[in-house]
Amino acid sequence: MLEPVEIRRALTRVAHEILERTNGGGDVILLGIPTRGVPLARRLAERLEQVEGRPVPAGSLDVTMYRDDLRLRPARALGHTEVPAEGIDNKIVVLVDDVLYSGRTVRAALDALGDLGRPRAVQLAVLVDRGHRELPIRADYVGKNLPTSQRELVRVLLTEIDGQDAVLLGATPDAAGREGS
Amino acid sequence: MNRHLISAGDLSLDDALLILDTADELASTAARPMKKLPTLRGRTVVNLFYEDSTRTRISFEAAAKRLSADVINFSAKGSSVAKGESLKDTALTLEAMGADAVVIRHSASGAPHRLAGWVRGSVVNAGDGAHEHPTQALLDAFTMRRRLGRIEELRVTIVGDVLHSRVARSNVLLLSTLGADVTLVAPPTLLPVAVGSWPCSVGYDLDAALPKADVVMMLRVQQERMNAAYFPSVREYSRRYGLDAARMALLPDHGIVMHPGPMNRGVEIAAEVADSARSTIVEQVANGVSVRMAVLYLLLGGAWETGEQR
Repeated sequence: MLEPVEIRRALTRVAHEILERTNGGGDVILLGIPTRGVPLARRLAERLEQVEGRPVPAGSLDVTMYRDDLRLRPARALGHTEVPAEGIDNKIVVLVDDVLYSGRTVRAALDALGDLGRPRAVQLAVLVDRGHRELPIRADYVGKNLPTSQRELVRVLLTEIDGQDAVLLGATPDAAGREGS
Repeated sequence: MNRHLISAGDLSLDDALLILDTADELASTAARPMKKLPTLRGRTVVNLFYEDSTRTRISFEAAAKRLSADVINFSAKGSSVAKGESLKDTALTLEAMGADAVVIRHSASGAPHRLAGWVRGSVVNAGDGAHEHPTQALLDAFTMRRRLGRIEELRVTIVGDVLHSRVARSNVLLLSTLGADVTLVAPPTLLPVAVGSWPCSVGYDLDAALPKADVVMMLRVQQERMNAAYFPSVREYSRRYGLDAARMALLPDHGIVMHPGPMNRGVEIAAEVADSARSTIVEQVANGVSVRMAVLYLLLGGAWETGEQR
C-alpha cells in the first residue's frame, strides 16, 4: 500500500506538522511504542533535528504491563522502555506508533505515561490510521489514512527491523486482525 | 512455560532467558518514583510459609505488591497449622479463598509438588527442605548477568554446605541450562551422595578453585539442619572453606563474591569480604524483587493455552 519513498515523504510531512503544531519542537520528546514505533520515533527525531538544527530526544515506551487484553493470551515478553534523561514532566510527549487501529494500545500508553510523570501535553503520531476505533482516541499526525475492513491485516515493515520499508495489506486468517494500536 | 515453578530444572533455556529479560525490564521500574504497575490488579497471591524466612517472604510480598496483586501472608506459627491442620486442608482453604498463586516455603522436600496437585492456581516453590529454591537461583543468575554481562561459559564455584542447600541444587540446574560451568567445592561430608549425577564438577580444595572462578558463591553453613558432626569444628571449617580477604585475592580481577544470605560472618565468609566491592550480596536482595516480579507476571499475567481464563 505504501512504497519506501511514500513512507519517507509521509514521515517528512509529519515531522513538519509536529514543528508547526509545537512552535518549533522546543519541548518535544518522541516516545515510540515497541516494536515498530521505536524506529519511527527515531526517524522523526532525525528529521526534526535536520530542520531545526538541534537534537530532539527520542525514546521508547513499552505498554505491555498496562494492556487490557493481557488475560486473553499467554503472558508475553516485555518491550524496552527508555525515557530520555530529562524526563517527561512539562514536556510535549509525542507518542509514535506504526498502526492506529482499536486505540487500545494508545490508551495503555496514556496510563503508562501517567506513571512516569506529568507531561504538559500528549500527542499521537502514527504512520497508518486504519480506522475501526474502539475507544475515543484520535491521532494528531497521520502518515496515511488507510480505509480497511476488519478482516484485513495491515503490516508495516521497517528497514531497522524487517530489512525493508513497506506497508502491506492482506487478508487475515483470524478475523480479529493484527493487534496494532 | 510451566504453570508452576517447582524446580529450576523444569525451566528450558528459553523460559530462563524470558524470565531474566523480563526481570531486566522490570528492574528499571524500581528506579522510578512510581514503582507500582497495574498488571496483576485483582489477583491474589498467598505466601504460605511453614519455615521462618524474612527475606524471601518480604521479597515475594514486595514483588506481588509492585504488580498490584493482593497479598495474603500465612505463616505456620500461630495459625491453624499449629493446631494440626494438614497441608492438604490448608491448600483447600486457600483454594476456597480464590488464591491465584501460592508461594510456598516448607521444610519437607516435595511439598510444593504435592500442593500443585491440589490447587488450581500457580504454585511457586520458595524453598522446600534441602531440595530446591528456584527463584534464588534465578536471582543469582540475574545478578551474574548484570555484573559480568553474560552467563554462558562463566566459571561458577559454589562453596560449602551443598548437602543441606536447596540454593546449590537449584543453581547447578539453572546455571547448567544457561551454559555456565559449575564447580562445587566442599568437604566430602557436606556433599550429597548423588552429586556425581549433577551437571557440574566437584572439588575439595578451595584455594585451587579460586584463581579460575569468575563467580564464587558461598553457602551458609546450616547448623540448624545438622544432626551429626559434619566437620571437626567451626574454626577448622572456616580455615579450609571460609572466604577471607587473602583467599579473595586469589580471584581474577573481575571475579565476584555471592552469598544467598543470611550470612554467618566469620564462618563461611569474612566480614571484610562481605562488605567489599566484589560482593554482590546487597544487589542480590534488590534483584530478588525484580526476578520474583518477572516470575509472578509470567505465571499470572496472561492466559494459559488451554483457553481457560485465569
